[in-house]
Amino acid sequence: MNMQMTGAQMVIKALKEHGVEVVFGYPGGAVLPIYDEIFQQNDIRHILVRHEQGAVHMAEGYARSTGKPGVALVTSGPGATNAVTGLTDALMDSIPIIVLTGQVPTFMIGTDGFQEADTVGITRPCTKMNWLVKDTAKLAETIHTAFHVATHGRPGPVLIDIPKDVQFATSTYTPLQATKPSHYQPRTKADPDQILRLVEMMETAERPLFYTGGGVVNSGRVASTLLRELVAATDFPITSTLMGLGCYPASGKNWLGMLGMHGLYEANLAMHGCDLMINIGARFDDRITGRIKDFSPHSRKAHIDIDPSSINKVIRVDVPIVGDVTSVLEDVLALWKRRGSKVNRDGLQKWWSQIQRWQSVRCLTFKNSTKTIKPQHALQRLEALTIGHDRYITTEVGQHQMWAAQFLGFEEPHRWMTSGGLGTMGYGLPASIGVQIAHPDALVINVAGEASWLMNMQEMGTAMQFRAPVKQFILNNERLGMVRQWQELLHGERYSHSWSESLPDFVKLADAFGCKGIRIDDPADLDEGIREMLAYNGPVIFDCRVEKHENCFPMIPSGKPHNEMLLGEADTQGVIGAKGAVMV
Amino acid sequence: MNALNIKKGSSSHSAYDLRDPNGEVIESHTLAVVVANESGVLARVIGLFSGRGYNIESLTVAEVDHLGHLSRITVVTRGTPQVIAQIKAQLERMVPVHEVHDLTAEGPSVQRELALFKVAGRGEARIEALSLAEIFRANVVDSSLESFVFELTGTSEKIDAFAELMRPLGLREIARTGVAALSRGA
Repeated sequence: MNMQMTGAQMVIKALKEHGVEVVFGYPGGAVLPIYDEIFQQNDIRHILVRHEQGAVHMAEGYARSTGKPGVALVTSGPGATNAVTGLTDALMDSIPIIVLTGQVPTFMIGTDGFQEADTVGITRPCTKMNWLVKDTAKLAETIHTAFHVATHGRPGPVLIDIPKDVQFATSTYTPLQATKPSHYQPRTKADPDQILRLVEMMETAERPLFYTGGGVVNSGRVASTLLRELVAATDFPITSTLMGLGCYPASGKNWLGMLGMHGLYEANLAMHGCDLMINIGARFDDRITGRIKDFSPHSRKAHIDIDPSSINKVIRVDVPIVGDVTSVLEDVLALWKRRGSKVNRDGLQKWWSQIQRWQSVRCLTFKNSTKTIKPQHALQRLEALTIGHDRYITTEVGQHQMWAAQFLGFEEPHRWMTSGGLGTMGYGLPASIGVQIAHPDALVINVAGEASWLMNMQEMGTAMQFRAPVKQFILNNERLGMVRQWQELLHGERYSHSWSESLPDFVKLADAFGCKGIRIDDPADLDEGIREMLAYNGPVIFDCRVEKHENCFPMIPSGKPHNEMLLGEADTQGVIGAKGAVMV
Repeated sequence: MNALNIKKGSSSHSAYDLRDPNGEVIESHTLAVVVANESGVLARVIGLFSGRGYNIESLTVAEVDHLGHLSRITVVTRGTPQVIAQIKAQLERMVPVHEVHDLTAEGPSVQRELALFKVAGRGEARIEALSLAEIFRANVVDSSLESFVFELTGTSEKIDAFAELMRPLGLREIARTGVAALSRGA
């Protein structure tokens, strides 16, 4: 076989070797040779986005919902700088994506050429690794290494910057099999001594708790299966971060719901009161821990993570376990069974009755209304009417995101795509398109706020062009709800710039894009509206006019420990001190 | 001081890590970081320090294995034991990083720095500078009727001390390489 080819041909060939089916991209001067090759083949589908940020979020949605890496292709300069937010988002949430950027030809680098930017310099802190390829002979190998790095160890975004002359020049293609193995081989198998220490603690703990995170999703479907087996066998309670929802089913017997700043009362008090915390693939984020000094003061803590730098970063743990979740859970289950499947039955029974008392608080209770649509009610109805569907949910960022996490149930991993670490408004719409492209027959809903949604609404054009029937479920309160809530609690109800003025008419906007628009403002019409949305074969913009001043509870105010949660409006007076106010 | 006469916050005299992991003592540590010598690798390492708010007291870098294209970065940093451990873990997970050694924690090490001093003067001061240079075993690598350039190798403390002595004697410029370090023994 002739392995002589141009750099642009190498890009396509390498992507095919890695099983890439879809590329999300936007052409420009510095990537024209690659686009010329895309034109001359049919194996890889190209989704033309409307803004490069959209391309990266779509690749993220694709990756998160399939477990395969997502690929984006953008031009030099502004194409690359527009990709930065998506790269940072993927880095924070450990999403494997490969971003290919065009660059000015090598002989022009450093001359401030047209659409030149120091792309590898700009993206160095927001990628797991990046490369500027100056020699066509090294291009294929670099792409193979990029896929390896993005998908091994803690996954993350990688970027390859390819100057235009490197795309035009001809050289010999290095096949995947001929690439020398990368020295980057993170440890996946944990230290057996630490596994033993954890199992011993599990056998005697009176108040154990599993605290799981996005690492379980990233480890693959087997990890969720093993997690379910371990929870069922031990009967320990389990909670999860925002990123880990679905690994243990929401309908599962031991499920306490999400924890954290807007997590459930029972989940947070269990974190505070447990005597053995088993962190599986989570990273003690500040949304989870609250005040570090008072975080789970009476527990011994085990931390399973593939990234050693996550361990002891913010919370000091007693049992550090560096390894892949799947491998570690296999080892833990095997050893625990071999030692007789012991647990502290008496302790566990008392622990569960304590947890049931916390559950009886029913912390998600809200005051419903027959006059205005409460956002929580809208999500309850969405949940009720979409249960049993082959359903994927994405979100934007803010109150609606927290309500979606609280009121929608996830039974499987890879079904929930949300911007957790970076909190990127504008993530949900493009992510929903990426998910829909990967799962053309599934029901894909983006639960959005109107302010977030406007940030990347141009991507409705992409949804239309590629017939992605994404449902945009916008909880429209004409406010930047979470900002407004914080201003109410922290800044003397001075609502500085936290309302959405001059909003478009979303139904007319849908009409302009050529999709369906639905507006509902009466709770009595909600079910019918949702059914209409589900029945429509195409993209829908659903303008759900909700209560404007609803606050999101429960809430652990910044700088407070878990046991000082606010459950509702009555608790909110003067709750955040000056120290808490400086935190975000 | 305890019975073993080990300074708190130091483990350089023991096979065991005697540091209190919960201690808040600020320590100075010398890290040796072996990296693939590829474009941007130094920026990546420095970016980690600035991006995460870690301190760099000294940094040296050069390719040490021309065939394997490996460079050795020696970085002196300060922080609590938890911060030092975090810096090491953050460095170790970087893709182009092959090895990280905390030379301060792993046992005794030798640390050396090279410095050049330009000292200008005439008469008494010039003679005084030259005799002090002899005491410090500094070499004269350039001389004119009005100046010397001294070359001095030693620990950073020794170089600091020599600089202090030269200051009143007409010190004009100093160039320092930063610390290079190796563990003692095989």
